[in-house]
Amino acid sequence: MSTFDFLLQGLAVASDPMILLYALIGVTLGTAVGVLPGIGPALTVALLLPVTYGLDPAGSLIMFAGIYYGGMYGGSTTSILLNTPGESASIVTALEGNKMARAGRGGPALATAAIGSFVAGLIATLALAFLAPYVVKLALVFGPREYFALMMLAFVTVSAAFGDSAMKGLTSLFIGLALALVGIDQLTGQARLSFGVPELLDGVEVTTLAVALFAIGEALFVASQGQRAEDGIIAIKGSVWMTRADWARSWKPWLRGTVIGFPIGAMPAGGAEIGTLLSYAAEKRLTKHPEEFGHGAIEGVAGPEAANNASAAGTLVPLLTLGLPTSATAAILLAGFQQFGLQPGPLLFATSPQLVWGLIASLLIANVMLLVLNLPLIRLWVSLLMIPRPWLYAGILLFATLGTIGMNPSPVELSMLLVFGILGFLMRLYGYPIAPAVVGLILGPMAEQQLRRALAISQGDWSTLVSTPVAAGILLAATLALVVPWIMRLRGKGAVLAQLAADED
Amino acid sequence: MKHTLLGAVFAAAVALPAFANDYTIMAPAAPGGGWDSTARAMQEVMQAEGIAGSVQVQNVPGAGGTVGLAQFASTAAGDPAQLIVGGYVMVGAILTNASPVSLADVTPIARLTGEAVGIAVSADSPITDINGLVEMMKADPGSVSWAGGSAGGVDHITVGLLAKAAGVDPTKINYVAFSGGGEALAAILGNQVTVGISGVGEFLPQVEAGTMRMLAVSTAEKWPGTDAPTLMESGYDVNVQNWRMVAAAPGLSDEQKAAVAADVDKLANSAGWKAMLETKGWANTYLAGAEFDTQLAKEIETTTAILKDIGLVQ
Repeated sequence: MSTFDFLLQGLAVASDPMILLYALIGVTLGTAVGVLPGIGPALTVALLLPVTYGLDPAGSLIMFAGIYYGGMYGGSTTSILLNTPGESASIVTALEGNKMARAGRGGPALATAAIGSFVAGLIATLALAFLAPYVVKLALVFGPREYFALMMLAFVTVSAAFGDSAMKGLTSLFIGLALALVGIDQLTGQARLSFGVPELLDGVEVTTLAVALFAIGEALFVASQGQRAEDGIIAIKGSVWMTRADWARSWKPWLRGTVIGFPIGAMPAGGAEIGTLLSYAAEKRLTKHPEEFGHGAIEGVAGPEAANNASAAGTLVPLLTLGLPTSATAAILLAGFQQFGLQPGPLLFATSPQLVWGLIASLLIANVMLLVLNLPLIRLWVSLLMIPRPWLYAGILLFATLGTIGMNPSPVELSMLLVFGILGFLMRLYGYPIAPAVVGLILGPMAEQQLRRALAISQGDWSTLVSTPVAAGILLAATLALVVPWIMRLRGKGAVLAQLAADED
Repeated sequence: MKHTLLGAVFAAAVALPAFANDYTIMAPAAPGGGWDSTARAMQEVMQAEGIAGSVQVQNVPGAGGTVGLAQFASTAAGDPAQLIVGGYVMVGAILTNASPVSLADVTPIARLTGEAVGIAVSADSPITDINGLVEMMKADPGSVSWAGGSAGGVDHITVGLLAKAAGVDPTKINYVAFSGGGEALAAILGNQVTVGISGVGEFLPQVEAGTMRMLAVSTAEKWPGTDAPTLMESGYDVNVQNWRMVAAAPGLSDEQKAAVAADVDKLANSAGWKAMLETKGWANTYLAGAEFDTQLAKEIETTTAILKDIGLVQ
């Protein structure tokens, strides 16, 4: 049978009413648990996996797909509404999404996230079905030097978006890079800057830093303004739904986010957060409304959310074609496969096509189900913001704290949350952008490890970094991205760039 | 089918808060890894076999399990209802992290499962056997780049032991640590490194598909599923097994310890556990009591010695 026949067959199985019910249950459970702070998709799936044990493969897979997508979407909801990203891939969503929510545009933000996730999920799942064998070849070309080049590109494009107060942006970035050094050095196993505290051995958790800087810092800032500050939060302004303009501004970012997210998700060391960061940087550069970035630009939600979902489908490429679990969620999915007595691996497509295509069809169905479930709920979610301000911020503090404890129950983690919260407050007070610090913490260790791996493999020969066309090409692109704006500025076009560099936070 | 499902959802929603736990198992790692899946497999079988009424799994990730271990040693002391899952990786992590809490601060009960470490190359590599690889190491240790798991872990230790057994300076080995099996496998398949070292189970599907070639396994005997020679057979005195264990809280009375050991024994001998090992592809290397204690002490000794040789522990 051809690819297409298998897919149709899978869809036929999945359109059984009972199966659809399982999909609905999966999506509902996934969203419900995913909305809880501190519970990202991986933990959601791990917690709910036993629920699927009693079912036959078809029912189990579809419920699983529902839980997976539901968990991912639930995480975006809290990012947008409460500024408390539950996992590193939704940090970027919080940047613009929360600004939109506080300006009364939470409805459109959630809608563009949901529809963007749907569009990206749809395209990426189809790409998974038809392109997986080719994409995986590309992924294997990526070794340490190529990843290092990719990290450099990410650094350059993302920091170009930091803006015109380069000093403040870089200061913030270096705070993140310094924090990134804490913990066991992965390549030698030696502890750095951990001061004998065992909890610091694993370094600073990205979500802890993000929640502290974004949510706690802001709650403290709002509290410090006391009664003087005008109420910054408008629950609903205009329609809860996306306007024609919102649609017009969203569809291109959805597609671009998908194109960026899918291949990066397919790379074994890619990770969803890189895709979301690159998508954000791309949207900020291409938008016709640069002045809105930093104040709630819908492109900044649409692109990264699409990239996040596309990269989730991308993660399945190495899992299904090579048997490589490249994320925590994929590893749990592997465990899910094992209950049917089969090993994902290079032969999975050949030995169990029904199951693989069943999964792909399930992902498509779950994707539709997610949209059906969530669009009507948006009005309900948004009304959360009508809660009076002191209560809302108290709630945010509570949720941020609960989420951190939920993820890592230790007093040290809580203390870190508080200390970084105070840091976030001070940065806000003195006008330092927050995002670069988080970006530094995410990209710093990746860039460092890949560079050192590349050098270890080449036994210290630096020319290895440009010795393949892919690595050299990406580094060239990074150099251009660094140099071109500088030349443009010299030629008197600084005004455009200053506008591009609207205040980050 | 519907009833099973509703039952499961209902049980998940209602049962957890309503009854007291018989056991809480700490997995000192994030969800998805080996210790987490061991803990969750124990949970499932203990409940299904009626060994315990209700079992909960708690994840405390960090630093090769030492963060969870430290927390377990202090908070679970004297509580016979608390268990922790661990393994050989923890032995290495305790040493490299100079962890203040060690396995001596808990009550090891039994070794449950084990796996050989495999040494493999991509199918188009010019290296065809383990002796060829060792010759390359002898000529220039740095030219052989090894992709494996975390530094100081079982993979790294095995490379160190092999180097030492072959008369190569263990401080000169070029070990490239990767987090997570996926990334390391991709580096091996993509020919980014010379050779890969990891749990045999990670390599077997690739070997079956013809994309990789297994050069040797680390255990004393051949490993099921591959006819690759053992390192011993190839003339290198190396015998390593990556095992997983379960331990109870410190400060238990002899009766309490015996009761926990009896429950674990019931688990290890149950039909459900054997079926579980089968599905997960884990080998049953159950070892308990004084024999396990002796074995553990011996492994801690060799591990300390080799980590000093590699230069990871002062």
